[in-house]
Amino acid sequence: MTAAIEASGLGKKYGRHWALSDCTLSIPVGCVVGLVGPNGAGKTTLLNMATGMLAPTTGSIQVLGGAPGSGPDQLSRVGYVAQDAPIYAGLSVADHLSLGAHMNRRWDAALAAGRIRQLGIAQKQKAGTLSGGQRAQLALTLAIAKRPELLILDEPIASLDPLARREFLQVLMESTAESGISVIMSSHLVADLERISEYLVVLVDSRVQVAGDIDELLASHQLLSGARRDPATLPDSQHVISASHTDRQSTILVRCEEPILDPGWSVGQIDLEDLVLAYMGQARTSRLGLNGDAGAKILEEKR
Amino acid sequence: MIEFHLDTRSGVAPYLQLIQQVRQALRLGLLREGDQLPTVKDVSGSLAINPNTVLKAYRELEYEGLASARPGVGTFVTATLSSDSIASYIELSRDLEGWISKARTAGLDDESIGAIFQRSIRTAVQEEVR
Repeated sequence: MTAAIEASGLGKKYGRHWALSDCTLSIPVGCVVGLVGPNGAGKTTLLNMATGMLAPTTGSIQVLGGAPGSGPDQLSRVGYVAQDAPIYAGLSVADHLSLGAHMNRRWDAALAAGRIRQLGIAQKQKAGTLSGGQRAQLALTLAIAKRPELLILDEPIASLDPLARREFLQVLMESTAESGISVIMSSHLVADLERISEYLVVLVDSRVQVAGDIDELLASHQLLSGARRDPATLPDSQHVISASHTDRQSTILVRCEEPILDPGWSVGQIDLEDLVLAYMGQARTSRLGLNGDAGAKILEEKR
Repeated sequence: MIEFHLDTRSGVAPYLQLIQQVRQALRLGLLREGDQLPTVKDVSGSLAINPNTVLKAYRELEYEGLASARPGVGTFVTATLSSDSIASYIELSRDLEGWISKARTAGLDDESIGAIFQRSIRTAVQEEVR
């Protein structure tokens, strides 16, 4: 099966700064993918390369088996809502829909009009007068009505209030259930991503820290706590993500495919937010050249 | 038709919460054999959750023999939890209530009781694994 996004050694350099480096990913089709990371981590750069708006400096990227933005066929297969859901403020909602109809081969006019009606937005209203939530919904409607196979959303809900956010996600999930499209959505709101995604990519400091099926990620990460112990003495199968110590106790987050049988540990599960924070902390630690405590501290602070 | 809700702070996986809510509705008689469960589209649309989460819950319910999918129509309840299990459910909750009042008498607060309960469940699971 072709992947929704297949990247290998992908990198993008602006001047002397790498916005994304050595990114190797294989994201399956038919998934809702959460792309998470702090601001400036390279999320938008990655998404822009997936849409073909940016050309990579190194490596390669394939989207649904084709080169991004390589022609009308490829363009019609990918829907994209850029950051802050851009719309034409001076045009009416109806103008947006007819623009969509003229510029997209597979445009579903009935679906677009139906969605706008459901949202209670008047077609003659100027887009510039819509609320933030309605603007985001209009942008989403345009992207869905072009009937893409992959929908790319760059921080679509970051600036919305909780109600508008929930409504946006409801529409997104309903459409996903209806059409089975693949979705990749960047956000730093892990709680929202947790509801909607089944696959997660954590991007920090222009590098992919971890990527995988969320259920598998949660099942394979364990929080060990027990008497103080040097993380280096753990078995090779337990990969240490973060560790913190008091004078008597150690708390270590490990990635491990097998059950932890060592009776000296009390084993706890972590949630997605802890997981994301731990990997963000790990990236910070390696950048600062610290010894692994910082990541665990972040985890501890959060708890 | 039942309506699902999601407790995001419970730490219980969303698909398990859906399964638990169906089982609970069966126990309480809110759902009966032949009732239709909400469609995948409706559930994922109203809760804003991934459709595959709902599918996973429905598949698990099918596997348990509690529901069955009719392609193009929907998913229907195919069994009621037998009266045996309802009886044992009542008996077990009575036992547990007895235990809880014992724990309270011993001076434990709700948090400690919860901790013991969680820990015992985990221990039991680990023993099953071994």
